Amino acid sequence: MAQAQPATLIEKLWRAHEVADLGDDTSLLHIDRLFLHERSGGRMLQGVAAAGRTAFDPAMIFGTLDHIIDTDPGRTDQTKFPGGPEFIQQFRSGTAAAGIRTFDLGDPNQGIVHVIAPELGIAQPGMTLVCGDSHTCTVGGIGALAWGIGITQGEHVISTQCLAVKRPKMMRVRFDGALGACVTAKDMILHLIRLHGARGGQGCAIEFCGSAVAALSCEARMTLCNMAVEFGAWTGIVAPDEKTIDFMRGRPFGPEAGHWANAETWWRTLHSDQGARFDIDIAIDASAIAPQVTWGTSSEQSIGIDEAVPSPDDVADPVARGSAEKALGYTGVTPGRPLTGLPIEAAFIGSCTNSRIEDLRGAAALLRGRHVAEGVKAICVPGSSTVKRMAEAEGLDRIFADAGFEWREAGCSLCFYAGGDSFGSARRVISSTNRNFENRQGVGVRSHLASPLTVAASAVAGEISDPRDLVTR
Amino acid sequence: MEPFVHLKGVAAPLPIDNVDTDAIIPSRETQSVSRSGYGEKLFANWRYLPGTREINADFVLNREPFAQAQLLVGGRNFGCGSSREAAVWALSQFGIRCVIAPSFGTIFRNNCIRNGLLPVTLPIEVIEPLLSDLQACVGQAIVEIDLQACTVTGPDGAVHRFEIGALDREMLLSGADEIAITLQKRGLIEAFRNMDRTQRPWVYQDSQIWAEDARETGT
Ligand code: SF4
Repeated sequence: MAQAQPATLIEKLWRAHEVADLGDDTSLLHIDRLFLHERSGGRMLQGVAAAGRTAFDPAMIFGTLDHIIDTDPGRTDQTKFPGGPEFIQQFRSGTAAAGIRTFDLGDPNQGIVHVIAPELGIAQPGMTLVCGDSHTCTVGGIGALAWGIGITQGEHVISTQCLAVKRPKMMRVRFDGALGACVTAKDMILHLIRLHGARGGQGCAIEFCGSAVAALSCEARMTLCNMAVEFGAWTGIVAPDEKTIDFMRGRPFGPEAGHWANAETWWRTLHSDQGARFDIDIAIDASAIAPQVTWGTSSEQSIGIDEAVPSPDDVADPVARGSAEKALGYTGVTPGRPLTGLPIEAAFIGSCTNSRIEDLRGAAALLRGRHVAEGVKAICVPGSSTVKRMAEAEGLDRIFADAGFEWREAGCSLCFYAGGDSFGSARRVISSTNRNFENRQGVGVRSHLASPLTVAASAVAGEISDPRDLVTR
Repeated sequence: MEPFVHLKGVAAPLPIDNVDTDAIIPSRETQSVSRSGYGEKLFANWRYLPGTREINADFVLNREPFAQAQLLVGGRNFGCGSSREAAVWALSQFGIRCVIAPSFGTIFRNNCIRNGLLPVTLPIEVIEPLLSDLQACVGQAIVEIDLQACTVTGPDGAVHRFEIGALDREMLLSGADEIAITLQKRGLIEAFRNMDRTQRPWVYQDSQIWAEDARETGT
């Protein structure tokens, strides 16, 4: 009997969602879930209405408030983001008019879109999911094919429940070996981007695999996939396994009981076949990864915490050298010196990269019985209202508060600066987020990306610090 | 959408890699729900002195002839970062209808095509001399694009062919409404969904059931 060609996981998902082949390596794909948020969702709905169209299948669309809302306790629609109330109201009336289930302020399910999509079971293995946000690839951590889109494409999905998508190149990134102490998924992805560049994954759909990925929890796999976009990739994914199936159990928006067995059977087929072809293969020794910290304004400008900041003089290509010089000029760090010991003024734990319960548990374990250094503004923002409740039930909020961290409501918060909430006068921030771009966290703010463990250790020391020192001390 | 066929105009050089959408349009400049008024906000952090609207005379788009630019030549991974479509609106509303770079952020590139802005990919070996030519030949920094022939003509008269997907090219040339085109395939979409519903019924549960489930589990 003729055997089907061995296929990659992504090829299988592509075929399972292909409505039409449009030629030119492009397919019209069915989109199983669209998630909207108040930053761009209202505009999309308004655009659809203005064109005289309606939502094709509103039951496949969900909404949450995360980007613009405040994260201070007692928050209301009157956000610190100028113009915020208008966005919120436009979003609320747009989703209500279209019949879209939305997790508003005060809803126990509210949270950062990429945190709640899997947490609620709205995102499931094998689904296609899009959202007007570049970090939608986070959801690849549970084996969904998920990617970020713009507003016009969002209008397309609302109107047709489909999207024309160009076939990506297939990349496989294999991490093998055991991670060292205090080394996390965040360090794995920063290490990968540092080695292969912020465009190393350009045009690719990446399947992350190998023993080190298999050993990660679903939450940590989401951290890994979250930054696939910082690697330039279209998306990242981890094939669903037993851990994924366990993760899905009992999720309120997951498959109905009567369908669970069939869903599970299908999920088990979602892996790359033996002999499937990848355009690019990368192998990384996970045991050699140190905790990572960024020194510049791109995620590729990252080093192991025990290394020295590289010198632009060693960069041959003129545009790349100019870019490194510009980055150093902005961050004000000295080439040839390590980052450890560099004083910080603020520390942030949060964002769709690192705000799930495990991230908070990890940081709290280091903070227990310790206090942040004097003068450091430290803030912890749970990724979802559910995560916040879980953390409070475990007493983590007390640990953070006793250590001198602000404990906030769920949302994107200081992951990005939109003119409202800020770190005050703090200019150098160690942050568990995903972007160290110029002004990302505030005008002139210099962001050093790191894992929640490294953020916690640095907050305690008042300077960039190796979390391993805190553990062995 | 305005069709894009041919363009001849001033091209501004921006020789920096990884220019992200936050740089193209800072987050705090997107405080209106409208789609207009973005031209003056383009590159606000670089174009104006910190915290003001005073012109930073050093920035390329504040210098003649580049203040009249209709094209922008950038470094690798142009438009990486956030999905914000306002980055494309800011470029177009400033007057830029074409960006030439060695590579682009994927979402940014998709947004360009759907807003009538042409992203041209050329190898870095072509871009680097083009950037230095533009930086040097002030007054004649003219670049010409022919989307029908897929060519870029540099200020030195050299003609470079570029590649662009047939569908993207068609959409730009015609200025077509992609949603209308897809809606013509409604029959195909319904047929797919009817078939898929038998294979993956759990994907199609309706929102009423979800609402009840959510209430029962108390999440
Ligand atoms: S947490 Fe940050 S990166 Fe994630 S969706 Fe929100 S703003 Fe974007």
